[in-house]
Amino acid sequence: MSATRYTVRVTEAEAVTPHVRRLRLEPADGAALPPASAGAHTVVTLEANGRTLRNSYSLTAPSLAGGAYEIAVLRSPTSRGGSRFVHERLREGDTLSVSAPVNLFPLHRLARHHVLVAGGIGITPIAAMAEELSRLGASYELHYAVRSEAAGAFCRDLEARHASRMRLYSSERQERLRVREIVPHQPLGSHLYVCGPQRMIDAVFADARAAGWPEANLHAERFEAPAGGDPFAVRLARSGKSTTVGEHESLLEAIERIGVEAPYLCRGGACGECICDVIEADGELDHRDHFLSPEERRAGDKIMICMSRLKGRELVLDL
Amino acid sequence: MSEITSRPIWGKLDPADQASAHLVCAEGHGIEAVVAAFAGRDGLLSRATVVHVAPVGAARPAGLGGAAYHRHPSRATALTAFRAHLARAKMGTQVHLAGSEAFLDEASAVAVACGIVGDGLTTELSGPATRRVQCVHCKGMMDEVAVTPFACSHCGINLTVRDHYSRRLGAFMGVCADAEAPGVLPAASRF
Repeated sequence: MSATRYTVRVTEAEAVTPHVRRLRLEPADGAALPPASAGAHTVVTLEANGRTLRNSYSLTAPSLAGGAYEIAVLRSPTSRGGSRFVHERLREGDTLSVSAPVNLFPLHRLARHHVLVAGGIGITPIAAMAEELSRLGASYELHYAVRSEAAGAFCRDLEARHASRMRLYSSERQERLRVREIVPHQPLGSHLYVCGPQRMIDAVFADARAAGWPEANLHAERFEAPAGGDPFAVRLARSGKSTTVGEHESLLEAIERIGVEAPYLCRGGACGECICDVIEADGELDHRDHFLSPEERRAGDKIMICMSRLKGRELVLDL
Repeated sequence: MSEITSRPIWGKLDPADQASAHLVCAEGHGIEAVVAAFAGRDGLLSRATVVHVAPVGAARPAGLGGAAYHRHPSRATALTAFRAHLARAKMGTQVHLAGSEAFLDEASAVAVACGIVGDGLTTELSGPATRRVQCVHCKGMMDEVAVTPFACSHCGINLTVRDHYSRRLGAFMGVCADAEAPGVLPAASRF
């Protein structure tokens, strides 16, 4: 799955806010892109400053006909190069390589009602869900929290599209999203989807659980870009290769750089696909994923290579 | 036990303390599992609604505390009432089902179609493990199938009951058992 790539051309690149750039990606060779349901993401390969970065971006609209993909990229102040490249270097007409879409955040098709909650750039998959639900004629409501209307991507478009089904909360206008007031009155069989900063996800889930919502009806997307850290050495026992994981590089990126294919899907610590057996570690594993349980973390014999690192000198992996 | 993952695994009723309400649908002796699961939990019973398939004139079962209790003489009528309660209920309500396999098949399909899944729904089998089966050839639906293979009561084809299960229909798949050699059937086995 990690191997199938499609070459796409940037046919539109638009600053939707000072810090968010929307890209429309169409197949460069005329061949159709695979269809993508709401909540799906694609992994975009970016050649930035002589380095290959692969970043996951949610598709901001369902693409059931497979015609084009749209993504929206926030310029990150802690960018490892990917978002800066998209904002400063990428031009309309450029080509990129993208993966087949993967959906780790699907809609529950039998839900009686859908409650969509987005914070900031977390709107990207949520906007696609709202669009698909609107087209299906399904019952939904959309709550979108932004710093200000100027900083929030797609505020106007979404309000025009979803009208009374949408509420916008701008912290600049002192408006607060109070999930506690939203969750108790939903009809039985509702499902809630949240995408935003980790503390927002935690707060939304805590309020829903306190109102008696079961876990099965709570859905979140927790993608994070891998944060850097101190360099360390990695040795791959099966392929017999070694390298150093750089300060601004993830373990998975370093492994790919030396030509070893490792499995992955989300590249954000959420899906579990890149789980790898640790053979030796002469330091503490720095787990930064959302997949391993506390017990698995304590056991110290597994690592999610897309996000996590070693605080030590050398890590030996069964790869 | 087969490897087929669609086969439902019924568990134990497990009412959650944090649920804001409980909606129970039970058939016949399934009510005993309900009484056992809620024993000593009067606080939960005071916000519970129980829909029970039981004969007219039967006494209200002991041990249901302050729960609202509604008796219906047939499964079809009880499920209509269950649907109406589901339609009115709010999130935070946990759903519990207890009864025969055929009852659980049908009632859980009603709940699943309403978006209720996972820990929002607990189930417990009471009574024999007979199955609800749909004939894949004529689409006829049969309750309380105890043996495989058996003859479809609609079209007469000899059917093997597979472990493949449809959550939408709440039924197992019945497939022609003797297509290659008509009349040659595998040994019968009970569920």
